[in-house]
Amino acid sequence: MASHTATETTEAVTHGADGAVMSADAVGAGDAAVAHGADAAHDAGGLVFHPLDQFIVRPIFGDGGIFHPSMPVPPIHWYTPTNVTLWLALAVLCVVLLFVVGSRGRATIPSRVQSVGELFYGFTHKMVEDVCGKEGLKYFPYVMTLFVFILFANFLGLIPMSFATTSHIAVTAVLGFGVFFGVTILGFVLNGPSFLKLFWMSEAPLFLRPIIAIIELISYFVRPVSHSVRLAGNITAGHAVMKVFAAFAGLAIVSPLSVVAITAIYGLEVLVAGIQAYVFAILTCVYLKDALHPAH
Amino acid sequence: MEGDIASMGQFLGAGLAGIGTGLAALGVGNVAGNYLAGALRNPSAAASQTATLFIGLAFAEALGIFSFLIALLLMFAA
Repeated sequence: MASHTATETTEAVTHGADGAVMSADAVGAGDAAVAHGADAAHDAGGLVFHPLDQFIVRPIFGDGGIFHPSMPVPPIHWYTPTNVTLWLALAVLCVVLLFVVGSRGRATIPSRVQSVGELFYGFTHKMVEDVCGKEGLKYFPYVMTLFVFILFANFLGLIPMSFATTSHIAVTAVLGFGVFFGVTILGFVLNGPSFLKLFWMSEAPLFLRPIIAIIELISYFVRPVSHSVRLAGNITAGHAVMKVFAAFAGLAIVSPLSVVAITAIYGLEVLVAGIQAYVFAILTCVYLKDALHPAH
Repeated sequence: MEGDIASMGQFLGAGLAGIGTGLAALGVGNVAGNYLAGALRNPSAAASQTATLFIGLAFAEALGIFSFLIALLLMFAA
């Protein structure tokens, strides 16, 4: 019995080491000394690629927290304050600072902060009105909340050494599935069973309609997945690319080139952060329009 | 680098999924290029169609992101 357990343990250890080699070090380090795991490799010199280590969720406090990135990650419970908690809270704080504290005066001649807030408000208001029409303006606060929150979460993630919360599918899926369930329930509440006309193309030839209905149904249920994966994937990819070029900066010959490349990609990422927040908000408007006017 | 045939398949699959990213680039370029061509012929109508442009870009780009996701799943979750 004892020997059996020992064999199992050895096997597990070997397998674990194998997994670490496969997942973390195949990207470029390839050094046997680094093969202990992703965290031990931080101390090794030379070209070390760990583009995805920046997305590890760590507790704020204790060994293995965000101030001890070389330690293994301790267990995380639902109540543990992590770096995700911190940066999501900071995003909410920024929104509150801009729209509650900054626009507190409600002046006729706005202050600088208030005019930035009014700019966001007017932009989103026009977007909802253009896509959903006048009756969609009832749901403008929801779209505004999503847009501003994602915008600030994206931009805060671009601060060096910060944590990109919207790169986690867990964060964006909550937002995306929230829109999906909200819009579906709203569609049935407003239109009753005639909401199903969304899937029944009345312009198409009759024999094609069942086929189109199946395709429409599938595409309807893929919506929340693509809605959330688009945001998370864009942010993940952008940050990972920056980290790959940052690893190239360890090599003296290419380091000037890589610094220039990081600068250029950072500029692109600022653009992407804004565009993805805009795209998330405008797709919410498009889905909302379907719930308001289901008949094609 | 050592490894078994399964991890070789993983890396090959992840590399092949990278082709999808390039194909998404074709789609995004097609959307943006056609928008620009239309906008230069009728500049007065261009501003009203920027929202449609971004929706089209988002749909084209999402499929490229899916292939990136498949690459990540093969590398780290398979």
